[in-house]
Amino acid sequence: MIKDITIGQFFPGKSFIHKLDARIKIVLTGIILVMIFVCGNFYSLGLMSAFILFSFLLTRLSLRLILKSFKPLVLILVITSLLQLYYVDKGEILFSWRKLSITSGGVYMMIFITVRILSLILVSSLLTYTTSPTSLTYAIESLLSPLKVFKVEVHTFAMMMTIALRFIPTLIEEIDRIMNAQKARGADFETGSLVSRIKALFPIFIPLFVSSFKRAFELADAMSCRCYTGGKGRTRMKQQKTGVRDLCAAAAVIVLSAAVIWLNAFFGRVV
Amino acid sequence: MEKDVIIKFDRVSYSYEEGGDYAVNDVNLDIYKGEFTAVLGHNGSGKSTLAKLTNALLLPVAGSVFVRGMDTAREEFETQIRQSVGMVFQNPDNQIVSTIVEDDVAFGPENLGVPPEEIRRRVDDALKTVGMYEYKGHEPHRLSGGQKQRVAIAGVIAMRTECIVFDEPTAMLDPKGRQEVFRAIKSLNKDFNITVILITHFMDEAVFADRVIVMDDGYVRLDGSPREVFKRVKSLRDMGLDVPKPLQLALLLKKEGIDLGDEILTNEDFIKEFLNYSGRNNVNT
Repeated sequence: MIKDITIGQFFPGKSFIHKLDARIKIVLTGIILVMIFVCGNFYSLGLMSAFILFSFLLTRLSLRLILKSFKPLVLILVITSLLQLYYVDKGEILFSWRKLSITSGGVYMMIFITVRILSLILVSSLLTYTTSPTSLTYAIESLLSPLKVFKVEVHTFAMMMTIALRFIPTLIEEIDRIMNAQKARGADFETGSLVSRIKALFPIFIPLFVSSFKRAFELADAMSCRCYTGGKGRTRMKQQKTGVRDLCAAAAVIVLSAAVIWLNAFFGRVV
Repeated sequence: MEKDVIIKFDRVSYSYEEGGDYAVNDVNLDIYKGEFTAVLGHNGSGKSTLAKLTNALLLPVAGSVFVRGMDTAREEFETQIRQSVGMVFQNPDNQIVSTIVEDDVAFGPENLGVPPEEIRRRVDDALKTVGMYEYKGHEPHRLSGGQKQRVAIAGVIAMRTECIVFDEPTAMLDPKGRQEVFRAIKSLNKDFNITVILITHFMDEAVFADRVIVMDDGYVRLDGSPREVFKRVKSLRDMGLDVPKPLQLALLLKKEGIDLGDEILTNEDFIKEFLNYSGRNNVNT
């Protein structure tokens, strides 16, 4: 059902990865993403994906979630690997048919690119699976706080994100309701030319806009009633503390990055 | 005993447009500490406007509103006023800010700058008070309407408010949710001595109040105990309002010659009076 959408795909847990400070988690994820691109041969990429898989096992989340995170990108994956197969002309020819030829280099490249993309997806879903939207926004606010020097309203930005995340399911329900109401009056969203289908969406979006504004005004009142006056003088119930655990994780990622660079140098870059 | 005034309306008028009709018209009111006040009135009678005037969401066009002696028109008192007079609205979806129940309850105290350990304590207490403690890690959009509304109430009491204004809190709920929320409201008043102003159009909720105020056209028309107010059946009906169901039934019986008196507000009253009556007249029941 449309109601079952998980926001930010967060799965609560008590593992080592769950308990990491969200700020550290974001920074480390960023480093790993860069390092995945640095990986230049199968040894370094293999080490990288082994590390990511190991981290995933640490979260004690169901392995089925790995497949779930890959699902939306299957098509892109298939297309890119086929393109690699077709365009790369290196090594011996394994198979050829008219102008089409598949080389061993092409097959290597295909496997390499696929593993690289899968690692990228897995490491970013690892972040969203194990971090609650609230801690994510807190962490982003905290990481962006140096921008306050340039008069950027970091708190306002984080608040907007929180509210947006909060209202996604509410608005999806609302769209569902409006669509049903329009269908009950004979609206047709599924057939007709592209233009007429786009036109059919107007009766959904206009009521949605109107009600969103109404919600916004009511929410503003409710927030004022609870003494919200912006970021000044606010405290936080959930304090994020960087501890030994976070240092260990950071150390692991640094060692990993060093290993990747060394493996690249030692075995040479394939790509 | 000297009564302790929390909110004072002094000849208050309010209109949404300059020179337009008054939504609230020359209202004088004292709300006392610990009191349970119900405000009745049909749509557009000014009862929601009255609610918004109590904590500076709206400022009077004429006259003044005082919360604990602080004029709501003075900006420097705004936070203090809103801390002592909290508000719960009709639509539970539009007053929950956060994606996790406990974070939402913490929103008010966080705004007030309360230290983190103290917020944690208050949040747990508030959630226990409304019976939502076991849902503290849930996502609000997965809760029922009644549960969401109780989370909203917890969010207000975590600010340690003295008085809560409820603006038709049960209007969008199913019967079960209505019961849950109304029970929570009654318990706040009885067990925690929180002053309650309940704006409602459900007569069966109003009968449990200590005091009933009836608004019509922006004026306060009736003000007294439920017994006093609901005796005025004719003026209530003229204002487009009904009387509680048990009283309606008693009035119908009266027409048929069975006079149970006009002090009947709840089902229990009705049963008691009916048994009295049948005892007096040897009616076979």
